[in-house]
Amino acid sequence: MHEAAVHPHAPPQGFLRTHVFSVDHKVIGKQYLDLALVAVCTGMVLSWLMRLHLAWPTAAIPGLDKLSPNGAAGGVITPEYYLSLMTMHGTIMVFFVLTTAPFAGFGNYFLPLQVGAEDMAFPRINMTSFWVTLVAFLVLISSFFVADGPALSGWTAYAPLSAVGKDAGPGQGLGQTLWAISIAIFCVAQLLGALNFIATTLDLRTKGMSLARMPFSTWAWFITAVIGLIAFAVLMPACILLILDRVAGTSFFIPSGLVISDRLQPHSGGSPLLWQHLFWFFGHPEVYIAILPGFGIISHILPVFARKPLLGPRAMIGCLIAIAFLSYTVWGHHMFLSGMNPFSATLFSVPTLIITIPATIVTLLWIGTIYGAKLRFTTPALFCLGFVSVFVSGGISGFFLAQPSIDTYLHGTYFVVGHFHFVMGVAAMFGIFAGTYFWFPKMFGRMMNETLGKWHFWLTFIGVYCVFMPMHYLGLAGNVRRYSAFTDDYLKPLIPLHRFITIAALFTGAAQLIFLFNLIRSRFRGPKAPDNPWEATTLEWATTSPPPFDNFGGKPPVVQRGPNEYGVAGAGGADYLMQAAPEPAPAR
Amino acid sequence: MGKLFAVVLTIITVVATAIFVMRVWWLPADISVHGPWIDHQLMETMLSSGILFVVSQLALALFVWKSGDRREGRKIKIFPGGAVPMVVLATVLVGAEILALTFVGSKVWASIYQTPPDPNSLAIDVQAEQFAFYFRYPGADGKFGGIHPELMNEASQNFFGLDPAHDTAARDDIVVPTLAIPVNRPVLLTLRAKDVNHAFYVPELRIQQDFVPGLVIPLHFTATQPGKYELVCTQLCGLGHYNMRAYVEVMPQEQFDQWLKQQAAQQ
Repeated sequence: MHEAAVHPHAPPQGFLRTHVFSVDHKVIGKQYLDLALVAVCTGMVLSWLMRLHLAWPTAAIPGLDKLSPNGAAGGVITPEYYLSLMTMHGTIMVFFVLTTAPFAGFGNYFLPLQVGAEDMAFPRINMTSFWVTLVAFLVLISSFFVADGPALSGWTAYAPLSAVGKDAGPGQGLGQTLWAISIAIFCVAQLLGALNFIATTLDLRTKGMSLARMPFSTWAWFITAVIGLIAFAVLMPACILLILDRVAGTSFFIPSGLVISDRLQPHSGGSPLLWQHLFWFFGHPEVYIAILPGFGIISHILPVFARKPLLGPRAMIGCLIAIAFLSYTVWGHHMFLSGMNPFSATLFSVPTLIITIPATIVTLLWIGTIYGAKLRFTTPALFCLGFVSVFVSGGISGFFLAQPSIDTYLHGTYFVVGHFHFVMGVAAMFGIFAGTYFWFPKMFGRMMNETLGKWHFWLTFIGVYCVFMPMHYLGLAGNVRRYSAFTDDYLKPLIPLHRFITIAALFTGAAQLIFLFNLIRSRFRGPKAPDNPWEATTLEWATTSPPPFDNFGGKPPVVQRGPNEYGVAGAGGADYLMQAAPEPAPAR
Repeated sequence: MGKLFAVVLTIITVVATAIFVMRVWWLPADISVHGPWIDHQLMETMLSSGILFVVSQLALALFVWKSGDRREGRKIKIFPGGAVPMVVLATVLVGAEILALTFVGSKVWASIYQTPPDPNSLAIDVQAEQFAFYFRYPGADGKFGGIHPELMNEASQNFFGLDPAHDTAARDDIVVPTLAIPVNRPVLLTLRAKDVNHAFYVPELRIQQDFVPGLVIPLHFTATQPGKYELVCTQLCGLGHYNMRAYVEVMPQEQFDQWLKQQAAQQ
């Protein structure tokens, strides 16, 4: 570590500086996680409302008319309000949960600890990026309270629907502008965060922490930061162009000759496909921004509970890098039927299919790690196993959608909804759950309740299969997505299956209350956690639980070996060697 | 706990797969010339990825079952051969599968979207707008009239912005809200969007294509079974999206000629 890189700030004094406007990466990490918790509760309630409406379109939901007198008069959701709920659900979940928790949250807390640093490279920028994220979230949420409701053009906000303004119907007024502003602000926060992650990984590693000795989770956060740096740098200008189209009369995404509500639009020369290209150039890497930290977390945690090293550590890191690189070559697979040149479909299809090779290898490495292991079935271990299963289920359906010829039938159906919920939604959530149960003792100095954790796992694991597997069947039957009601003749027979999904979603959602209860109760009442309760090797376990302000009490650890030393002869009969532990005496 | 996980995962895998195999919910019968190729490609993919799904889930279940073994003195075991054979095997097997799927699949795709339409195709103009589809047949002169966005008007039902006063080709254009096509005859649709993105999706025809404002997109196919099918919008277009639909009526040529005459008389 460079001398100059030792961070200069002393422990803060006073409540505000310690807990609110803190520059400590650990406090900031927890703030991100708390924000994600609020966001995920909001997003999940929105999904319940949508599912209730899909199963029983005329049912009145008590109290909903208070939130939106126009969108849900008498508690019955209107078609436009359904689309608003859907748009907000997608936006909140993708940006403020799946990006915020596994990357910004856990990454902020544990990346500096895992590389043996005292803080992030730029603590003030780190604090700024959290508060900017919070502003983005508040701007988005505020759109629930504007006159014609939140945006309704989906989390993808396809132009020209998102660009032409009020003429295009409800949800296209201030709500859509706020959406674009919120996402542009969010991009700023992510860019600042990504820079910080990259600088910290490259510059602040402690003595002996070579790149090859970095834990898999650190690798994943580092690679994710590189992806994010490029992806958000494209989405931010795209959002600014969209805002300009909406408020300044420009025509980046609006062609000439559009007639909306019998009014010829005063725009010309723009291209709706330009928005799609810009959005998906961000959007596909975003899928990996959501899931790669999960890859890292699982690869980090699985060996701890398998009590053996991860199979193929170099192959794992190679696959993460390959996936990151390939993620930039596949965005057009979202656009096979968009009207882009059909010749390019094959061009985008091939790298999409090629991504399945590293993804398959990664999965096999996890399964191969479990082979012959002595598994300790703790809650985080169960969520790791669940992650592998749901990732396989979600990844397999990608095989279908990657092929333009099959996408011709399945595009725009529930098959796609089932696919991405499994692979980037549920899998990423399982990564977050595994990380939470695993790192909670370090973050709060207390253990979570194992019995409640296991109930949470079993109900969630079975629940998500009941919710998302049937969506594949719906898609095969041609069930179109983003419909607020199924009035078409061929869709009516599918309504019973939708009701099953709704009931399963409500049950699975209710099971999350167990997690919430466990989380809050353990924070105050959980039994005291030792420094290294899981007998893990990495540096975050080589300090107290929770760590002191400067992480290692002024004595930066000196790393002796990689993170993968399980199933070896350790000190005192242990079966592992910590990264910073001195070489044990040779056994006689 | 390991045994419980293995049992639950096995049940999930068996039930999920059985529902696919028994085709409890399945594609509607195909009614297009190109559809069987898509269905074939889908079945190929279903088979190979289905095997991958079942094998991976069951391997996971089996290893988890065995790893819960608590006997004294049991030592951990490294996967036979380590990671290298696994990486090579995955690359070769998945790589070969990708090549096979791509070679066959791109031909299927090309036959639908990259081959030029049959020169004898029946040309029909399609306009999508919030929240309806309109179809235009060229009338007796075989020519479509020009499109003038400034003349588009819902109240006077000038959905295409035609100018019959000055444009002779537009005078006999037939505009209807239903897509009628003759069976076994190639059809060439020209897709235009009036306001925002929409999409053309008829599950039975195994075809889907976006309408994009500013672009004129050709789409061609041949229907093989007479009947009435639903055409639905699959691109989010606003509050009435879920209700945006039209019917496709596939009929024998003589009946189609008759139908077209009737429509012409009503214009």
